[in-house]
Amino acid sequence: MLNILKIATRNLWRYKRRTLLTSILITLGVMSVLLFVSVSGSFKNMMVGQITDSMLGHIQIHKKGYLSSLDSLPLDRNLSEKQMKKVRQVLEKDENVEAFSPRIRLGAMFSNFAETTNVRLVAVNPELEMKTVPLLANRIIKGKKDGLIGRGEILIPELVARGMKVNIGDAIVLVASNKDGSVNGQTFTVRGVLEGIVGPGGRDGVIHIQDARELLRISSKEVGEVAIRLTKMNKLQNVYDSLQQQIGSIKNKKGKPAFEIHTWEKLSPFFNIARMIDLMTLFIKVMLVAIVLVSIMNVMIMAVYERINEIGTIAAIGTKPGKILSLFVTEGLLLGILGSITGIALSLGAIAWMNATGLSFDFGRQKGLLLAPSIGISEIVMVAGIVIAIAVLGSLQPAIKAARMDPIKALRHV
Amino acid sequence: MYLVESKKITKIYQTEEVAITAIEDVSFTIDKGSFVSFVGPSGSGKSTLLNMIGCLDPPSSGSLQVVGQDIGKMSRNQAASFRGENIGFVFQDFNLIPVLSVAENVEYPLIMVQNWPAEKRKKRVAEMLEAVDIRDQANKFPGQISGGQKQRVAIARALVTNAPLVLADEPTANLDRKSAERIVDLMKKMRDEFGTTFIFSTHDPRVVQRAETIFTLEDGRLVSLEQGEGGNHA
Repeated sequence: MLNILKIATRNLWRYKRRTLLTSILITLGVMSVLLFVSVSGSFKNMMVGQITDSMLGHIQIHKKGYLSSLDSLPLDRNLSEKQMKKVRQVLEKDENVEAFSPRIRLGAMFSNFAETTNVRLVAVNPELEMKTVPLLANRIIKGKKDGLIGRGEILIPELVARGMKVNIGDAIVLVASNKDGSVNGQTFTVRGVLEGIVGPGGRDGVIHIQDARELLRISSKEVGEVAIRLTKMNKLQNVYDSLQQQIGSIKNKKGKPAFEIHTWEKLSPFFNIARMIDLMTLFIKVMLVAIVLVSIMNVMIMAVYERINEIGTIAAIGTKPGKILSLFVTEGLLLGILGSITGIALSLGAIAWMNATGLSFDFGRQKGLLLAPSIGISEIVMVAGIVIAIAVLGSLQPAIKAARMDPIKALRHV
Repeated sequence: MYLVESKKITKIYQTEEVAITAIEDVSFTIDKGSFVSFVGPSGSGKSTLLNMIGCLDPPSSGSLQVVGQDIGKMSRNQAASFRGENIGFVFQDFNLIPVLSVAENVEYPLIMVQNWPAEKRKKRVAEMLEAVDIRDQANKFPGQISGGQKQRVAIARALVTNAPLVLADEPTANLDRKSAERIVDLMKKMRDEFGTTFIFSTHDPRVVQRAETIFTLEDGRLVSLEQGEGGNHA
């Protein structure tokens, strides 16, 4: 095998320029895939992280029908205290659940004593919310981040703050109607201004859950939704399945499911963008396969054509067809390995450079998001594997042709 | 027992429109250790006959035994193995592998065909380079040596596996007179030294006369068998 490798290497070196050009083509293909995967992966992970860690959580549980009427923020579709107790029992037992946070979503009239507007709010237990969506505090662009929210305080969305000309420490009034239709008002102090992000709930204000219960005159500990944070994101499907089995199967008095469970993928429109990114990655990989296949086949067909006489000679002196085949396949293999190694090395260098220089981008209203491109070993191995396998596949047809060549015809070839 | 025994062999090439008889009813025998030449004008069937003896092309009919094997009944792989074990080839255009050095060219059949261990291989290659008097060129590449030297390398490559039979198709055609004579001398010396049978085809009358046995072919038929000047030498 070593001797075949040696001869194959020399054969490649015989046509230096062609070998170099083919290797460069493969290298560029590998680089484009790895860089795209690392940058788009980083973008995707960051956006998913932003959405799940600062707003949605990984999974949410609601009463059946809550989500379909979310626009009207239905208080009559809250989970009852009994239902919440059941949910709590299940979540506390699940080792893949890191934290969970009960919330109440509500709409209210927001008054600064001079003007009035509508505002959407999410009422949370600050301790549990910080554990469930740890990046929420990072969205506070003005005001204290520690402790998230206290009783009688409100974090207002930046657009409301700007539109209503409200500053930190100002007193405002929230007026909300409860599920019976009666109206109640309460004064709050502006604790901070919250950055708006894309997605449902991305432009909601935040108040303490006890304040919401008082404002809405809810005497029991009912909640509108439960946001869940997992220990590991890759356990999403497992936990979802498990929750579906334990909670999703519970029926109400009418014999219909009492709860609905959704992963972040169902809750955020960004999931479709994430899927588009995955689709583009697949498309780029297909392009890479095509580049490698065409370039290797082209080179190997040329190599066989130019060495017909030589193939005749080695066949005449007794080289078996299998060895002739392995000689040409090894040449393709070496080209694939050379292109892959160079492509991987340059890609890793480029990724390190991007991390060192700091690659930022804007996404919607979010400015200067810093990308941290990275690539997993499994992705590198997969791309290298694809390239090498396709290189072997591409050289197979010319190699078979060489191995099956009639020595006499080959020796006569000029 | 003869090294090569041909009984009424015929070779017909069938094209789409016509059947061409390249060799017709040829019978002959060649003893082990012979120095034999096939002569004849272009198209007389010399190369076809050599290809058949060399197990590269089976006869259409008749029986051809080479080193005790009926070469008409071999598969492609069996024929390759048989050639690797029993037949060395010397070509008109030398046909050395350009990316391998002189020593590596000679070593090639021991690696790719016979799989000799490295130490034994190196020793054998050194012996063969010494025998064909080209040891000082061992590390040069084919592009760096003369035509005569290339043919010496080709002879060393043909003999390195201890093959009992070497076939040479116009081995001196691309050489000047002096080099051609040296190559014939070398082949004869190798025959004397190793007992290898040499069968070659040629146009060159000076080379023809150096053979011990001369078969003359015309239009695919064997028309004469005579003793050459070399016959007295043997």
